[in-house]
Amino acid sequence: MKADWNTFWVKVVDATGETVYMVLVTLALSAVLGTAVGLALYATRKGGLLRSRAVFAVLSALVNVIRPVPFIIAIVALSPVTRGVVGTMIGTEAAIFPMTVVATFGVARIVESNLLSVEPGVIEAARSMGAGPLRVLLTVLVPEALGPLVLGFTFMLVALIDFSAVAGTVGGGGVGNLAMTYGYLRFDTSVMVVTVAVLVLLVQLAQLLGNFLARKVLRR
Amino acid sequence: MIELRDVTKVFPAAKKGSGAAAPAVDGVSLTVERGSVFGVVGHSGAGKSTLLRLVNYLETPTSGTVLVDGQDLGALGERRRREVRRSIGMVFQQFNLFRSRTVLGNVAYPLRLSGLGRAEARERAGEALRFVGLDAHARRYPEQLSGGQRQRVGIARALATEPGVLLCDEATSALDPRTTGEVLDLLRRVHGELGVTIVLITHEMEVVRSLCDHVAVMAAGKVVESGGVHDVFSRPAHPVTETFVRSALHDVPDAATLDRLRARHPGRLVTVPVGGGEDLSRLFREHDVDFTIAHAGVTEVQDRTLGGVTFALRGAERDVAAVLARLTAGEEVVAR
Ligand SMILES: Nc1ncnc2c1ncn2[C@@H]1O[C@H](COP(=O)(O)OP(=O)(O)OP(=O)(O)O)[C@@H](O)[C@H]1O
Ligand SMILES: [Mg+2]
Repeated sequence: MKADWNTFWVKVVDATGETVYMVLVTLALSAVLGTAVGLALYATRKGGLLRSRAVFAVLSALVNVIRPVPFIIAIVALSPVTRGVVGTMIGTEAAIFPMTVVATFGVARIVESNLLSVEPGVIEAARSMGAGPLRVLLTVLVPEALGPLVLGFTFMLVALIDFSAVAGTVGGGGVGNLAMTYGYLRFDTSVMVVTVAVLVLLVQLAQLLGNFLARKVLRR
Repeated sequence: MIELRDVTKVFPAAKKGSGAAAPAVDGVSLTVERGSVFGVVGHSGAGKSTLLRLVNYLETPTSGTVLVDGQDLGALGERRRREVRRSIGMVFQQFNLFRSRTVLGNVAYPLRLSGLGRAEARERAGEALRFVGLDAHARRYPEQLSGGQRQRVGIARALATEPGVLLCDEATSALDPRTTGEVLDLLRRVHGELGVTIVLITHEMEVVRSLCDHVAVMAAGKVVESGGVHDVFSRPAHPVTETFVRSALHDVPDAATLDRLRARHPGRLVTVPVGGGEDLSRLFREHDVDFTIAHAGVTEVQDRTLGGVTFALRGAERDVAAVLARLTAGEEVVAR
């Protein structure tokens, strides 16, 4: 049974909406959590503003364990936790949980490395004016690194569209789910083509938006 | 105003087991009086920057005491120490401006830190920019300014909170000679018009000569010589001081110049400081010795003339020897 495009396009629109929802919610959650972890990683390292060997070791170990795990494995490995937290293992909400966990640590590394590339001189300048560690982090380091941070977040956003499609294939809803159930399992090429087009379009939009914002921040 | 008592800073060795590193600052004691312009000179790696960072406790001393306005910074909590830092401005070789903020935003930043509202901070920042002559550039970003302008913004930012002290770490070392002059003029105004005490670090003795009243010379973490600028310039005691003073005075011909002078002038060369009491014309006449001026270097140091004149002496060997003996009896004469 091939898709009847007179009615099927509604499914495409709904699925696209689901994907956008999953991606945006995940981005918002992981941006907040990941930035916090990234700031903590940056500040607690040796010679940092709030050095703490224990905190750094724990966070660093978490990042190093979670980052290299392929997303498809992470979904499966995290599924018991997902059930515990979300209450179910299928659907959009259930996809958001593992996506957020993985993206948080991705964002954390992006934030950490971009903060590390800020010239130490400006930190010294702010400290000489009597700024405390938190002040330096939030009013000097983040603004100074904002341009590359925006590009890093764009990279994450694109990766999340990818993640959402993967999550969709294992019951997560959205465009990925559509491609899996109609395009793959029923060999419907037209559905496949349309879902690929939607994903390409979303990625393009994300990239354009990110580039635009970064240009604005960097004044180029 | 600022007093360091036997301050030592040892950085932990980079690699474990590579032994204790040599101290970056080694048992330094010095006093900076209110209203003075205090220069610290030394070669690269002598510990100047570390010393300056100890003054506002950006670096914690390994041992010793740092007093600012009689307060022992080591005895204060971090919060109180931050307040003290707000009364000490700091200027950097690489300017260290915030690229994400406009010129006005940079200067307003320390004012916001000290608790001022946005509008008031901007107004005071505008005043500071007017003082350094850059109010027209308030809305620009640092990368749109020249090096000299950036450093003036750096100075405006350091002065915005009206600190009593300004610490300058090689404030002119990244600038060309002309802009260096502009920045030094500005520092002179900061001292003269605002009465700010200045501690400045440099490896250019010329900066010390033209700006400072006191100087400390550092080598390998230690202050090897210190005192009034005129005294140190006229009687450098330590070899390191000697080389620094020579680089600014040119009063004694260096080895290369000396070779050239020898080729041109037969006879003995003798360098005599200017302003000595000796009546040279009478001395030369009495011993029937003729002379030519082979070389001279004269500079103003703290409104006093300092320098040396090198004479080439001609005459009977015995007479020349007699003149030299008379001249070298005074100790600041270099005979060749
Ligand atoms: N954070 C640090 N960690 C380890 N060693 C340091 C640190 N800062 C400075 N040092 C060392 O301390 C010594 C003095 O350095 P400092 O920067 O104070 O010298 P300086 O006189 O300012 O030199 P320059 O003229 O090159 O700026 C050097 O040997 C330097 O390697
Ligand atoms: Mg230095």
